[in-house]
Amino acid sequence: MRGFAALFTALDGTTRTLPKVAALAEYFRTAPEDDRLWTIALLSGRRPRRAVSATRLREWAAERAGLPLWLFEEAYPVVGDLAETIALVLPPPTRRDDRSLTDWMAHLADLAGRDEDTRRVGVLAAWDGLEATERFVFNKLLTGGFRMGVSQGLMTRALAQATGREEAELAHRLMGDWTPATTTFRALVLEDDPAADLSRPYPFALAPQLEGGPDALGPPGDWLAEWKWDGIRAQLIRRGGAWHLWSRGEELITDRFPDLAPAAMALPDGTVIDGELMAWRDGAPLPFAALQRRIGRKSVPKSLLAEAPAALLAYDLLEWQGADLRAAPQDDRRAQLAQVATGPVIRLSPTVAFSDWDGLARARATARDHLAEGLMLKHRAAPYSAGRRKGAWWKWKLDPRTVDAVMIYAQAGHGRRAALYTDFTFAVWHEGALVPFTKAYSGLTDAEFRKITAWVRRNTLERFGPVRRVTPELVFEIAFEGIQASPRHKSGIALRFPRMARWRHDKPAAQADTLDSLRALLPPG
Amino acid sequence: MGTPVLQLTDRGLYCAAGEFFVDPWRPVPRALITHGHADHARSGHGAYLATDIAAPVMRHRLGAITLDTIRYGEVRRIGAATVSFHPAGHVPGSAQIRVEVGGEVWVVSGDYKLGADGLSTPFEPVRCHTFISECTFGLPVYKWPDQAAVLAQITDWVAWAAEQGRTPVLGVYALGKAQRLLAGLGHLGPILTHGAVEATNAVMRDQGIALPPTIQVQRGLDLKPHRGRLVLAPPAALGTPWMRKLGPVSVGFASGWMRLRGVRRRRAADRGFVISDHADWDGLNAAIAATGAERVLVTHGYTTVFARWLAERGYDAGVLATEYVGEDADDSAPESGGESGGEGPGDGATSAGGPGTPDAAAEVEDDTPSAARGAAP
Repeated sequence: MRGFAALFTALDGTTRTLPKVAALAEYFRTAPEDDRLWTIALLSGRRPRRAVSATRLREWAAERAGLPLWLFEEAYPVVGDLAETIALVLPPPTRRDDRSLTDWMAHLADLAGRDEDTRRVGVLAAWDGLEATERFVFNKLLTGGFRMGVSQGLMTRALAQATGREEAELAHRLMGDWTPATTTFRALVLEDDPAADLSRPYPFALAPQLEGGPDALGPPGDWLAEWKWDGIRAQLIRRGGAWHLWSRGEELITDRFPDLAPAAMALPDGTVIDGELMAWRDGAPLPFAALQRRIGRKSVPKSLLAEAPAALLAYDLLEWQGADLRAAPQDDRRAQLAQVATGPVIRLSPTVAFSDWDGLARARATARDHLAEGLMLKHRAAPYSAGRRKGAWWKWKLDPRTVDAVMIYAQAGHGRRAALYTDFTFAVWHEGALVPFTKAYSGLTDAEFRKITAWVRRNTLERFGPVRRVTPELVFEIAFEGIQASPRHKSGIALRFPRMARWRHDKPAAQADTLDSLRALLPPG
Repeated sequence: MGTPVLQLTDRGLYCAAGEFFVDPWRPVPRALITHGHADHARSGHGAYLATDIAAPVMRHRLGAITLDTIRYGEVRRIGAATVSFHPAGHVPGSAQIRVEVGGEVWVVSGDYKLGADGLSTPFEPVRCHTFISECTFGLPVYKWPDQAAVLAQITDWVAWAAEQGRTPVLGVYALGKAQRLLAGLGHLGPILTHGAVEATNAVMRDQGIALPPTIQVQRGLDLKPHRGRLVLAPPAALGTPWMRKLGPVSVGFASGWMRLRGVRRRRAADRGFVISDHADWDGLNAAIAATGAERVLVTHGYTTVFARWLAERGYDAGVLATEYVGEDADDSAPESGGESGGEGPGDGATSAGGPGTPDAAAEVEDDTPSAARGAAP
């Protein structure tokens, strides 16, 4: 654990990319191979299941520190991180436990299956054998929320530096549903394994947001436009007599979409399609909420299959007849795709015709009529490149919708923003009262959050644990991407991607918007 | 019972028997001052009493004031009260103020820490019936490492920065923390200082406090031969044009708040060093136990929580809603000011209660109805 904790300290001690990559690469060169594999797993979001609930951890930590639980609970929101709070209150270690990261992970996996007493003894013993940073890291492993300020892309770059292999190849290798239990560092990173390659998706191409319109992109004729769907980005793999469906979060979701199986199996072997999963019925898209009902379920009941049938809106062909097409120009891939995605379930995502940028802007304005979020622009000559590379793909989303709302509850943030009030609940007027309708916690600067924090302290009306009800006085412009009817919410509506666009110092609470004005934005039906 | 020895008024802690205030936040005829930080020593009082060691800095910061001095342990009669000042270990000259009326003893801690810092006269517990204690860091997550270990960390960082071709700039309070670090880092050779730090250095040297050599970063100074030398500057100076002339830098902060990763990250410091002039959790508990007090009233800090903790330990504990801010987690944020009640007179750069919104520290104001706190002075 010492080496992994040192890596954490090095990564945590800088916000600059170069030193981070250098520290990781050094670790990938020198750490034991099993620990390298676990590090890759953790930094690519492959977390083991929680061995202990957060509630038990708090109780045990308070007990070990000789503190009443309520005092621990008071300290936690100030620190803003459970793993750190525990590490800070515990008494100094009494011995030195020098187990490796891999051994600790095995120990945790073992504990997860034991009874509570065994788990308690195991965790207390671990705390007693680790110094401060190691404890913090250990607690992070325990609680599962492990982020070290390193994206998967940076990790891949470091791994490329350490191994001398191509970044793109490594990115491809790290995709898929492996865990440290099912592979080894050598097998995953260094050796060729045809079987694993069969289910492996390609790294997704991502699109940066197009700021300021398309005029700077050059001749309109160089570009292809499509609707930007509000669904789930997915890659469909048809290889080796089977099919696999991957979400962009690298989750294998094949089993959740049995309605795609016949169409997928009808594809020829050696086909990979990139597209958007949508709920699609009677030849038209359904709102995102319909698809959302299917995401959380491992098995899908028949009624739901009928209410929210899935379709893959196919927009790119990455592999055809077993050959990697990614280097081919967009137009060629698209032409081939049009021959492949011909059915109603795996259906070609239509292009949006235009001859000049003004015409395209007019088309974009109608995106909501198609239940789309805006447009995608793809350069006709560009290859399919991994990650958010500028120049090949752009998303040109509709400007967000906005509403002016009154802050009524505030809660402190976490991590970097612990002890600042950053999570707010907003309300609009309805029949003379303020009705809460959304939460938002991003969009303002730290300086603004500091001001609001001072204000919250002076204007608290009531406390509910970490939440404070405040004087309904501050007005914020809330921007959001979509709005849907939602019987689960008091207001009857649910927003998509709400955030604070700005603090309306100029507006008194009485002039905030009304629920009726929000309802008017609901899609028909 | 009659009148308590000290009572809270809208101007500050008042002793009726002696007709004086302790660290008042509005102008009063007679003020006893624990130490020179801006939230404790404010301008506008008719007459001041402070220790002889604290006096020069107060004169420097408050200008022409009527200031009488007293030595540690010296007993003085004021009206029907007997008062004496005792070392608080916070900054040079800082005192706890003992007030005795009719055999009942109260002690006002001001700000304090227990460990010797190599510069301030170390804290001495004073037996009393009622102890008014700060609790800036009154949560069990705040525990300070040994000063020697932190000084070694700073030394390592200075060496590391020099290797990287960067100048290490450490954000510190100009009064107290800066001189304490100077005293402990003399082995690094001459240390560069911001003007606000150097002004306090000069006052202390004048009064006979020995500090290692320093060089003020000012117009006309050729910085080339000093690349890689440690620079001490108030947090408010970091990120200003003043700092840009230092070339490539590595920025550190030295503060108790650096114990929290969230604060370190919010401050975007390259390094955070956990060193404070306030008592940590264990220090607060030890100090309170050593007073033998039955009654403990807590001021600035995590007051409600700390009072509840003390009450569970058998103390008659309560909260005093003062306007002291202690140490501020975000004191370098120039844009966050204006709204907090704790802002005092004196230059922001040297003030412990600078123009920042007391962040975690301001929990002191948390449980006070806003009407009782009044507006900023």
